[in-house]
Amino acid sequence: MSDTAAIETAAGATGLAPWFWPGIVLLALVAGYSVYHMAAIQGRSWVGMATAALFGAWVVLFWEILVRALDVPRVLLPAPSLVMGALWDHAPKLWGDFVQTVGKAVLIGWALGCGLGFCVAVAIDRMPFLQRGLLPVASLTSAIPLVGVAPIAVMWFGFDWPSKAAVVVLMTFFPMLVSTLAGLQAAGKLERELMYSYAASYPRTLLALRLPAALPFIFGALKVNATLALIGAIVAEFFGSPTAGLGFRISTEAARMNMPLVWGAIVVAAVTGSVAYALLVALERRAAFWHPSVREG
Amino acid sequence: MATTKTLTQRIAHDWLPVVVVLLAVVLAWYGAAWGMNAQGAIERVLDEEAGYTHMELFEATMTMERPLVPAPHQVAADFYESLTEWPIDSPRNLIYHVIVTGQSTLLGFAMGTALGLLLSVLIVHSRTLDKALLPWIVASQTVPVLAIAPIVLVVLGSLGFAGTAPKAFIAMYLCFFPVTVAMVQGLRSPQKIETEMMYTYAASRWQSLWLLRLPAALPFLFPALRVGVAAGLVGAMVAELPTGAQAGLGARLLTGSYYGQTTQIWSALVMSALLGLALTGIVAGVERLVLRSRGAK
Repeated sequence: MSDTAAIETAAGATGLAPWFWPGIVLLALVAGYSVYHMAAIQGRSWVGMATAALFGAWVVLFWEILVRALDVPRVLLPAPSLVMGALWDHAPKLWGDFVQTVGKAVLIGWALGCGLGFCVAVAIDRMPFLQRGLLPVASLTSAIPLVGVAPIAVMWFGFDWPSKAAVVVLMTFFPMLVSTLAGLQAAGKLERELMYSYAASYPRTLLALRLPAALPFIFGALKVNATLALIGAIVAEFFGSPTAGLGFRISTEAARMNMPLVWGAIVVAAVTGSVAYALLVALERRAAFWHPSVREG
Repeated sequence: MATTKTLTQRIAHDWLPVVVVLLAVVLAWYGAAWGMNAQGAIERVLDEEAGYTHMELFEATMTMERPLVPAPHQVAADFYESLTEWPIDSPRNLIYHVIVTGQSTLLGFAMGTALGLLLSVLIVHSRTLDKALLPWIVASQTVPVLAIAPIVLVVLGSLGFAGTAPKAFIAMYLCFFPVTVAMVQGLRSPQKIETEMMYTYAASRWQSLWLLRLPAALPFLFPALRVGVAAGLVGAMVAELPTGAQAGLGARLLTGSYYGQTTQIWSALVMSALLGLALTGIVAGVERLVLRSRGAK
């Protein structure tokens, strides 16, 4: 294909060939034209996905060509092929980082934080006084840089993953609490009165009506928290960690100017975040299949 | 309903629960300080041979030099001392760090908002950008973008930027994503009938953007700004970690954890929480003013 040929010639050329810039411009025109026409296709959702994918592919291609042709220093911006190479070469190391950060700190912290938030919300469901007290405080925490507790967590729980999990618990607890409380109020008046007319007990109403009605809110918090948990664990590792972990890898390799590996670790984190999100969306579709927001689309 | 309530009833209804919850937090904090410092106090302060009373133990846990958990009054005292005993340009004064961090946060926030506004306007008017670029911006919400911070620092550092610029840049890209996503939604929020009316007036694209779309997008913009400014603060603080920066709340946290100055960490945390609350509070205040002037309740 002409694209690969362009890469090879550009890479081979130390002084740029005279046709290089016209070639780039031409390629850019082809890229713009293809994306433009792809975007104009009316159709199913996969066309939209394909358009975005095509655009992404073009960006990566131009990134590769330009970085190689212009000899951009590796510290500034490594070529995508170098990043892929680093991913491949350091796969065992990155897998260890993944297990350390995601498998331990994020997963355990996320599960604990979300679980605690959910339990507290259900527990204070019948205590309006506590709700009125906790809700404003919990909402305000979203404005506070909670990751700052990382050095304290390290002091209390040591350098290993429990301190990161503790930060994650703190960061995920409040969004879950707020969302669950909002979700428990989401059941319609009509449905509640129906339950009342059936003489349904409180636990029965909670299980049969109000918790299912709260599912979209709960899943919303689970999704937001997945990203927050990753951020929390990675940033907490910037404050000090054992010699593994995505945040540790990013900060130490950045200090050593080994940028391909840094980008590799970031790719791992990004893919993890997207996959976690997709999994939660899929789970939501199965759990709340009856909800309008799921049925529509 | 709200109008019939007297002021005292409102205080009892809205504020009393919050105050009770906060008091409970402070009490729990004292309890934690007592429990977690006891071990250290016995080893370092008290004479185990001679024995000690419970009262002595309690007093010791409350007044330790470098406690595991500083008691609230110790943090308050440190906080007060830092604000009053040192001139405002001394690194021992927390206001100095607030200015450093707040500066880069606000600068990044302004740039990120401007960029987000510009991009969202472009996306709304270009089908190609909408199909090709927007999916990536939305997907980036599920990715821990903060992980790129060390790269940005290294890259901008090697290009000769230091000080405020790299921090503001990180704050910028953290603000930018939520603003873009929300503004695209907001600019699209006018109903068909409204856009068609603009069309019958022969309004230009520019006019219908200025007169219809932008005002309609305001209620979407402000929540995103609140999220953005909080994210920008986290970004600015994280950006202060790896550079060995001497100034800023993030650097203050890090030096505190290096030298085991627990009280200093806590007061820096309290200060960053206050800064976060102040920044979102300002945005919320502007939101109220703007929306009120546009006739919202």
